[in-house]
Amino acid sequence: MSKYDLKVNGKVYSVDVSADTPLLWVLRDHLNLLGTKYGCGIGQCGACTIHLDGEAVKSCLLTVSLIGGKAITTIEGLSENGTHPVQKAWKEIDVPQCGYCQAGQIMTASAFLEKNPNPDKEEIREAMHGNICRCASYSRIERAVTKASKK
Amino acid sequence: MDTKKNTIDRRSFLKASALTGGGLIIGFNFFQACKPKVKLPVDISKLNFHDFNGFIKIADNGMVTIFAPNPEIGQGVKTSMPMIIAEELDVAWENVNVVQGGLDTDVFERQVAGGSQSIRHGWNPLRETGATAKQMLINAAALRWGVSSEECSVENGIISNKNGDKLGYGEVAVEAAALEVPKDVKLKDPKDYKIIGKDVPNVDVDEIITGKPLFGLDYKREGMLYASVMRPPAFGQKLVSFDDKIARSKGGVADIFQFGDKIAVLANTTWEAMKAKKALTAVWGNDEDLESSVGQDKVLLDLLDGKKFRTLRSDGNIKKAFAEADKILERTYESPVLPHNCLEPMNFFANVTDEKVELAGPIQTPKGTAERIAKKLDRDFKDVSLEMTRMGGGFGRRLYGDFAMEAAEISNIAKKPVQVVFSREDDMADGIYRPAIKYRIRAAVKNKKLTGYHLKEAAMNSNMYGLISNFFPAGTIENYQVDVANYKSDITTGAWRAPYTNFHAFAEQSFFDELADLMEVDKVQLRLDLLQKVKGTTDKRIQYSAERMEDVINKVIEKSKWGNAKNGVFQGFSAYYCHNTHVAEVADVVMESGVPVLKKVTCAIDCGIVVNPLGALNQVEGGVIDGIGHAMYGNLEFINGAPQSVNFDSYRLIRMKETPVVETYFIENDIAPTGLGEPALPPAGPAYANAIKAATGIRLTKQPFIENKDVFG
Repeated sequence: MSKYDLKVNGKVYSVDVSADTPLLWVLRDHLNLLGTKYGCGIGQCGACTIHLDGEAVKSCLLTVSLIGGKAITTIEGLSENGTHPVQKAWKEIDVPQCGYCQAGQIMTASAFLEKNPNPDKEEIREAMHGNICRCASYSRIERAVTKASKK
Repeated sequence: MDTKKNTIDRRSFLKASALTGGGLIIGFNFFQACKPKVKLPVDISKLNFHDFNGFIKIADNGMVTIFAPNPEIGQGVKTSMPMIIAEELDVAWENVNVVQGGLDTDVFERQVAGGSQSIRHGWNPLRETGATAKQMLINAAALRWGVSSEECSVENGIISNKNGDKLGYGEVAVEAAALEVPKDVKLKDPKDYKIIGKDVPNVDVDEIITGKPLFGLDYKREGMLYASVMRPPAFGQKLVSFDDKIARSKGGVADIFQFGDKIAVLANTTWEAMKAKKALTAVWGNDEDLESSVGQDKVLLDLLDGKKFRTLRSDGNIKKAFAEADKILERTYESPVLPHNCLEPMNFFANVTDEKVELAGPIQTPKGTAERIAKKLDRDFKDVSLEMTRMGGGFGRRLYGDFAMEAAEISNIAKKPVQVVFSREDDMADGIYRPAIKYRIRAAVKNKKLTGYHLKEAAMNSNMYGLISNFFPAGTIENYQVDVANYKSDITTGAWRAPYTNFHAFAEQSFFDELADLMEVDKVQLRLDLLQKVKGTTDKRIQYSAERMEDVINKVIEKSKWGNAKNGVFQGFSAYYCHNTHVAEVADVVMESGVPVLKKVTCAIDCGIVVNPLGALNQVEGGVIDGIGHAMYGNLEFINGAPQSVNFDSYRLIRMKETPVVETYFIENDIAPTGLGEPALPPAGPAYANAIKAATGIRLTKQPFIENKDVFG
């Protein structure tokens, strides 16, 4: 076990975990930040997507020892009260069905729009390709990203 | 307004009482009377879900809280069912708060999400409950004013009379509680609906988009241990021995023990439990040969060739029809095993103590699961409680309580609160899968008329439910027969979104496409002509409505520009009835680099009154894309009892880039609503396959489509 200081959503947390622990489980089991979801553990579904210094990263593959002083943002820290333009678009379009994948979808979309504020349809479909929605709410995800991009 | 006779004696299915903090509480039950002596709680924090399965609270400020009873798996019932109550209660939706009625009960007969039946079964009881509550509040106001109830009217929770007096629901809530429950109540005419038929966002949307802990895996309890379970790696295997020396040395491990043919690894965190499990070594054995997909395919084909059938329906004389036919078409359709792959892997919490058995987690069948656990642990059912969490997908997998049973067994041994967590690999490898099914359909044509139709089904473990044999084309062809056969497989199978119909639709609707070519008639006209023959039928077994099927077919033809598609667009058609809902779909395919690409699916659907169009559209779009995705990619292969894909690197689910545009059109009518969680899925695969045939000339008879090298390279 080793001690790590992690910058999460603007706060510093100290955790004592083994070096190979993925950030996903540090967030969920140690910091009680449960919005970041476990779906596959191998970086294939995107449910665990967070921002690391603004980049969308799959937290199930990111071991805690590699994070250092980089800033972590989770769905809980994306905005206060769900007011990020992507969250607002998600609500307006009423995207979720079961809802389980949506935090990861929102984190991927928000990091993507930060870099490419006016994407075309193909760019959106490419950017969101790493996130599985098992309920297949893809049409609405695509529309919500489009909507958020215009703000 | 139509006065509706109560389907259940009002006084027994609904009770009302005043709350200590002010306001009115109404407890109600679906389909079953309350026990004669049950009492309503006077304290809102002590809702008793053992005696009632739903509650409406009307606070003294007029705010209405509805405790929604059905499990939410993403099908939207947590929003749509309260909408129905609120409509008849006549309150503004803004003043309604919805809370999951989370505990299972010994009276709730259908606290189950499955089969697209929640709305269908809830429609009358929910409306009657809302209307009865409204009438009680009106009666209370009338009594205070000294006028008759008939002179009073309601708008948005405000009661008024001819003198211009007004009272809010909250102001008469306590008085209403003391009144007798009215027997006959008036239900609204659909044309007066203010909430039903309006777009209402998912009631949990704010919590979902901000990452609130709603799901089973988010459930935590002080002192809880996480359990990772090692199960036999292949179906048909048993545990011989295991070595946990290394696993026990891993950090955070609290205990490791065998239960049945499984080994539980308990640790302080999820990651530690998963890691320690990987350090276990076990020896597995088997008494009999283990199954492989190749062998299963052969067994199923042998069944189709053989004589071990059970006949579900037989009209006329099939033998004669085929003997006298001018032309015969025969095709065999094949499907693989499919895992559900709910994105939230299976999990459950249990805390078994000497006093009680506490259960919590995502489950589509809370009551049955709690009962089985009580039996297994030899405990009194009344000592068992079950809290339902939101479910990260269900698709049928969460009808089965195997994971909850594991949690209970492990907690019972460990004497600690435990959460069982499946890894993705566990979830895919230890499934209760969609069984592999094969259909063989034969049709006899004589004098350009369809004279005989014979469908045979061969399936793993179990066969289609009997009603399916009374779906289209039953009743339209003089000589008609449906036969089924199955074999007992080691591989566990069960319900998967739109059970049986999910592949039956593919076989049937692919077959009709080809049959139209053989008969040299228009593909759609063939179906429409057949439907004429079942109109006015006296055969009560027939499940579908020819008129409603015609409506969706005509709508989809118009909206998809069937037959007039743009140059380079190839269309495929299908129409299907299941789960009490009629659907027709047209798929548009274009060729890109020599490969067919699905661009659009047009869907016309008749599910009766659409309670919440916003949620309904989401269900249809999701159902269509899910149907396309699994027809295209879904395949779980087995070798020696072991699944060959256990995670998303090797098991392919549809992703955004592969999705078509879905255009949905609802048939508008005033017929009682039916389900939407499933019916859009089954016709999607055949519409796509029929479009691929139009584009490439190649007829797909086997799923997944992607494995057809002639089409997809």
